Amino acid sequence: MTPPVEPEDEAYRPRLIRSYTITAGRTASKVDLAMEATLRLQAGAEAPAYLTPSAMQVLEVCDRRSVAEVSALTKMPIGVTRVLLGDLIEQGLIRLQATITEKTSTDERLELIERTLRGLRNY
Amino acid sequence: MDFETTKAQRAAASTKIVIAGGFGVGKSTLVGAVSEIDPLRTEALVTNESEGVDDLAAVPTKHTTTVAMDFGRLTLAEDLVLYLFGTPGQRRFWFMWDDLCRGAIGAIVMVDVARLDESFSPLDYFESKGIPFIVAVNEFDGVPRYPVDEIAAALALPPEVPIISLDARDREQAKGALVKITEYALMRLRESLTVNAN
Repeated sequence: MTPPVEPEDEAYRPRLIRSYTITAGRTASKVDLAMEATLRLQAGAEAPAYLTPSAMQVLEVCDRRSVAEVSALTKMPIGVTRVLLGDLIEQGLIRLQATITEKTSTDERLELIERTLRGLRNY
Repeated sequence: MDFETTKAQRAAASTKIVIAGGFGVGKSTLVGAVSEIDPLRTEALVTNESEGVDDLAAVPTKHTTTVAMDFGRLTLAEDLVLYLFGTPGQRRFWFMWDDLCRGAIGAIVMVDVARLDESFSPLDYFESKGIPFIVAVNEFDGVPRYPVDEIAAALALPPEVPIISLDARDREQAKGALVKITEYALMRLRESLTVNAN
């Protein structure tokens, strides 16, 4: 595996496309979406015909993947990805799986870290 | 069985550890050494005044730039995925760190002994936010080695913060660093419970 170049190499590269045109100018998602939060397709949900090509693209790659992965795979900036995923969640096409948030109880936090530790030791 | 279903859905399905440190210190190398996928890159849009990420609606005429973040993925169990996020090194992108660190188990601050000063700011950041972190000294080929306790002293590390040295290219050593930060985060959380109980 070749290590990728450091992200800084491409920093401050100007963009030619105004990305938020594909979200109709919206820059915030109504759903709180952590970078590592994963998505699942809702069983039985069918993509409505009115979905934009960008939303369709997001829908196609998002199952069992994180917000960050969807952004990387669709080559859309993280903010745009969040808006599109938020729409799909609101439309009931996908659901968000749990992560640690401010609302997570200490017991749940302990349980998660313990599971992570077990997983890492066997990885 | 409804209860079980609810509990299973509430249990976190993914989590993350943040990999921080100065430019070229080996963050992406470490991520690449343990990730099950070739590390991926996500970008956030930034206005050149750095007033905030993605806040372009109010300022449509500003030029935008991007800040890139590399990340990797480890499937730890059927129902648990761990993501590793490398922080953007440059100081002007620090506003991205809050987004990256929210909900993280903890952070690994990577250190290059030839440029110790570059790790001061990340160390300050995690200390001030109360995020558990460990220090990992990346042993580059041909660079003099120092005992980790001398490095800890030079960094003015609090005595409880674990410090290890590793070769970021080595999968087992990179994995060892992930185990270390997770153990430390678990210990910190258990300690906080004891303090609260007394």
